[in-house]
Amino acid sequence: MEIQIPNSEIPNPEPLLQLDRVSIHFDGLIAVNEVDLALAEGSLTGLIGPNGAGKTTVFNLITGVYQPTSGTLSFTGTSLVGVPPNRIVALGLARTFQNIRLFGSLTVADNVRTACNLRLRHGLAHALLRGPAFAAEERAVAARVAELLDLFGLSAVCDQPARSLPYGDQRLLEIVRALATRPRLLLLDEPAAGMNPAEKQALIALIRQIHTQFSLTILLVEHSMKVVMGLCQRIAVLDHGVKIAEGTPAEIQNDPRVIEAYLGENHQQSLTHH
Amino acid sequence: MRDRRLLLLAALVACGVGAHFAAGLNPYYYDVLVGVGINLILAASLNLVNGHTGQFSLGHAGFMAVGAYASAWLTLRAGGGSTLVFVLALLAGGAAAGLAGLAVGLPSLRLRGDYLAIVTLGFNEIIRGVIGNCEALGAQRGLGGMLRHTDLFWTFTGAILTVYVVTSLVGSTYGRGFLAVRDDEIAAEAVGIGTTKYKVLAFVVAAFFAGIAGGLYAHFKQYINPEGFNFFRSMDIVVMVILGGMGSTAGVCVAAALLTVLPEGLRWVSHLASLPAWLQHVAENRMILYSLLLIVLMLTRPQGLFGPRTARAHDRP
Ligand SMILES: Nc1ncnc2c1ncn2[C@@H]1O[C@H](COP(=O)(O)OP(=O)(O)O)[C@@H](O)[C@H]1O
Ligand SMILES: [Mg+2]
Repeated sequence: MEIQIPNSEIPNPEPLLQLDRVSIHFDGLIAVNEVDLALAEGSLTGLIGPNGAGKTTVFNLITGVYQPTSGTLSFTGTSLVGVPPNRIVALGLARTFQNIRLFGSLTVADNVRTACNLRLRHGLAHALLRGPAFAAEERAVAARVAELLDLFGLSAVCDQPARSLPYGDQRLLEIVRALATRPRLLLLDEPAAGMNPAEKQALIALIRQIHTQFSLTILLVEHSMKVVMGLCQRIAVLDHGVKIAEGTPAEIQNDPRVIEAYLGENHQQSLTHH
Repeated sequence: MRDRRLLLLAALVACGVGAHFAAGLNPYYYDVLVGVGINLILAASLNLVNGHTGQFSLGHAGFMAVGAYASAWLTLRAGGGSTLVFVLALLAGGAAAGLAGLAVGLPSLRLRGDYLAIVTLGFNEIIRGVIGNCEALGAQRGLGGMLRHTDLFWTFTGAILTVYVVTSLVGSTYGRGFLAVRDDEIAAEAVGIGTTKYKVLAFVVAAFFAGIAGGLYAHFKQYINPEGFNFFRSMDIVVMVILGGMGSTAGVCVAAALLTVLPEGLRWVSHLASLPAWLQHVAENRMILYSLLLIVLMLTRPQGLFGPRTARAHDRP
């Protein structure tokens, strides 16, 4: 793997991703309300909160799917406002989806291959003329796809249509596909949802591994406290679109506002059920 | 990678040899074969838009008309023209159709799904109306007097190149973008694929080849009029793509060949005196038959004769 951002010893003063008083309104509903967030390069941050708190909407704002009603977002100092989603990916920002969105009719390998499209140096004309440089790049892509699938234990199913995979493997494939875009920041939206405890355990190990191996900065939305507490160095908590707390796992666990937000939800019987 | 180009070369050589030996063929069969080749170009190119990229264009005959009239006008200007002039006119007709594709595609492909069907259908009718009112193009009387440049060699060269371009594009990592757009636009954007760019590209490439097909048609029939490029002509091509399985190039080519030969067979059937009158009538009207064929197909094989199943994804990310 050749992602080459060294984890510097001296902490970088400028955050990789910065949200400054970001809000979005949907016809009267304030889904995200004046949220500040700063992710240091190399950090692994959790974003938690009850159902409907606005976590996925924050992802959609960061990735350009939604434009903020107010506030600013910047990545490595460049503003993300108004930048279309596919250009944001090119900047080094990739995501997975809470409700899995694979290319269902394409094979597992082709799902990953499609994500290599972005970094191609040989485009339309080369695809038609098919010279040696094009062939070499196609081979390099195939090798990279194989390597990534191998890392995630998906080599055996590489020729199967993505939609035929079991649920847990589909979640993994989405992570592989995101990695294939060569991101610096990876956004994972409930990657453990629907997984059994053994799969969850394996996923935690895998996220740790790719975090270091690819020198990633990771923002993780997760409902399962176990996953978040086990993985994250810092945690931000959203409730009704507002960031109500941020800190280390220990600080968050004992924060009365957080406990109240979760108890309130527990009371409504809606925690972690999908 | 190299063998694709060799395959192309082999196909072109085979086309040359085949066309050479087919020269003595019964003229009726020869004409049907040229018709098959032209429909192969039309169906394989529309398949890039409607099949591989998952859009729904209903105006392919409009682009065909642009190519037909542009190339015919050029060769007529050249006083009939040599083979070289004909080939250049074909390419110019393709380019004109491609430009028309860009003009129609850029604004409408930004919109979601079904608008495209309406816009392309409208475009088809507008092109027909414009030509029908343009004296320089013969208006409703049509345009004639072109030399019969089109033969089996040029027709199938066109068909082979169309299939080569479409399959080479779609088969490359670059061209996976078309399929990604079809499967899930939001996911495609999320892996860095410019969905509008791919849709417009598919549209322009398809329009270019429709223009080439139009030019071949014009220099084969030696007479064109606006009615030859109406909505029903567009529907013929759409039916070939659906029947062939939306995205399966092989299937679409087979369907194009079948549906070109079928009406000829039906014409023969409709003249059989022993048949009841209503059956003769059905056989005469291919639209009725196509509809029946499509209904049966959708009930039994919704993915087309050869195509894989595709499902559309949910919309909110
Ligand atoms: N496109 C949209 N239109 C209208 N409301 C939306 C849209 N997207 C999200 N919402 C609303 O915003 C709120 C936050 O949703 P979401 O971000 O999905 O929550 P979470 O991911 O934390 O469970 C919900 O009330 C949801 O219904
Ligand atoms: Mg969510």
